[in-house]
Amino acid sequence: MIIVDSLSKKYGGFTAVDHVTFRAEPGRVTGFLGPNGAGKSTTMRIMVGLTPATSGTSTVLGRRYADLPNPGREIGVLLDASAQHAGRTGREILTLAQRTMRIPRDRVDEMLDLVSLSDEESDRRVRDYSLGMRQRLGIATALIGDPEALVLDEPANGLDPAGIRWMRDLLRGFANKGGTVLLSSHLLHEIEVIADDLVVIGNGRIVAHGTKSDLLAAAGTFASAADLAALAKALVSAGHTAEESLGGVRTDADPAQVGRAALAAGVPLTELRPADGAGLEEMFLELTKDDAREEVAA
Amino acid sequence: MSTATVMENTDTAESERPRVEHAPIPFRTVVGVELRKAFDTRSGFWLMVAMAATGVIATGAVLAFANDSDLTYDNFGAAIGVPMTILLPVVAILAVTGEWSQRAGLTTFTLVPHRGRVIRAKLAVTVMIGLASMVLAFGIGAIGNVVGSGLRGVDTVWDLSFTSILYIVGADLIGMMIGFMLGVLMRNSPGAIVTYFSYWFVIPTISGLLAANQDWFEKAQPWVDFNYNQGQMYDGGFDATSWAQLAVTGTVWLLLPLAFGLWRVVRAEVK
Ligand SMILES: Nc1ncnc2c1ncn2[C@@H]1O[C@H](COP(=O)(O)OP(=O)(O)O)[C@@H](O)[C@H]1O
Ligand SMILES: [Mg+2]
Repeated sequence: MIIVDSLSKKYGGFTAVDHVTFRAEPGRVTGFLGPNGAGKSTTMRIMVGLTPATSGTSTVLGRRYADLPNPGREIGVLLDASAQHAGRTGREILTLAQRTMRIPRDRVDEMLDLVSLSDEESDRRVRDYSLGMRQRLGIATALIGDPEALVLDEPANGLDPAGIRWMRDLLRGFANKGGTVLLSSHLLHEIEVIADDLVVIGNGRIVAHGTKSDLLAAAGTFASAADLAALAKALVSAGHTAEESLGGVRTDADPAQVGRAALAAGVPLTELRPADGAGLEEMFLELTKDDAREEVAA
Repeated sequence: MSTATVMENTDTAESERPRVEHAPIPFRTVVGVELRKAFDTRSGFWLMVAMAATGVIATGAVLAFANDSDLTYDNFGAAIGVPMTILLPVVAILAVTGEWSQRAGLTTFTLVPHRGRVIRAKLAVTVMIGLASMVLAFGIGAIGNVVGSGLRGVDTVWDLSFTSILYIVGADLIGMMIGFMLGVLMRNSPGAIVTYFSYWFVIPTISGLLAANQDWFEKAQPWVDFNYNQGQMYDGGFDATSWAQLAVTGTVWLLLPLAFGLWRVVRAEVK
């Protein structure tokens, strides 16, 4: 379990992270979603003590990060796959982690296998790695201590589709075994397929959080009828929103309310269901758009 | 809620893992890892090779070119020691700055969150490498001295006292500490190396000129010029005043900047 409590970070007069509060639960994948510059990386750096917080606290498995006796064995961290000494080989970087954590040597080969870096590749210097290979090496470094929690900042960057699929399965397996996973992304689709819980951040502030299914439900209802204009009018006069999209109407009302409004207005429905992923995408755009506007105004 | 989402975890209850209390990372582990890091990159590796190579070349040069009367331990020691004196501080600089210039610190300081421990380990490694190199230098020098005098058929001259050796070791360690201080203060490899070489080559020239032309500076120099005091150590024979002068300049030019650098290192953002 990772608990972040009212974390703030100011750079001079600029607030990069503004009273951020959320938790990542064991057995679940928590997606940390937000556009570029929203404050995801800063929040994660504060969580592992690389950046001092202006105020607020965060704990990992019940302790402050700095109080963990051997952090790599409790929480695997990947903040920036390119932040490595370019002159070291991949194998050497894993060996340094293995020695620092005081774990058996064969973990190095196990991890190289797990992330599919061949013997030949692991003996190359990191300077000559592609971004995808660096991400794999970074994930290997995060996992080598067999930790209970993972904190990964944009780990899918630079991975090819097969690599993204592989990582998704890996993180799902990790969570199913009881691990806590927190991963960030600025791409909704990337996180939508893997996360159980979502924390959405915009301009340093949490703008939404909850289970993915709740957030999907909060995205409203999709309904369709032969006469879309009549359906929209019925919804609006019942006090709901109505937006035509994709051959139907999207509304903030729940399905029962939509049914009642349509019945009262005598509009036969042809389709009625919770708005799906497309709804979440609109929510994400909307949330970030609001913040973008404030930024312009500020 | 949603059963349509394939990836969603439906059961968290079965998934508790037994908690294990891990032992803290001992300091000797951090030192061992830092020692390894001093050799596992090309820059680190070639720096060590360069020191060994210049030592051997210097010994060979003394053997080949020196007059019979110059085949003394002092001269062999100096031939090997001088390149080492210049290069060892670079080892100290790179040990510190790599964490920032190469951004390796993101991993290092995540695995060992108490940065002071990492820096202390780097200091220990710097001193260890320094002492080992000097033992090697004096060893190669001794071999050169014995072999050289044997080849030329002259008496083997041991003209370096144990006290002089201690002075030399002390001066070299101070040089390494200056490198270490610049690394901690600047956290940037090229910047720290350039500054170190200006300290080594530019400042003595300027202050030497100043001392030669200005009487007041000639008197003040031992109290303000750390490089001058450090240089005096290679000649040994310090009296109480010399030690006091070394303490004054060392505090101002080494200890205070080092303390300030350390204070910033443990607070600065690592990114
Ligand atoms: N050292 C710094 N000084 C000033 N502003 C910073 C600094 N680090 C980050 N920021 C700003 O903080 C905001 C959040 O950055 P970041 O956490 O990297 O966002 P994200 O990871 O979500 O893209 C950005 O606007 C960024 O420019
Ligand atoms: Mg980021």
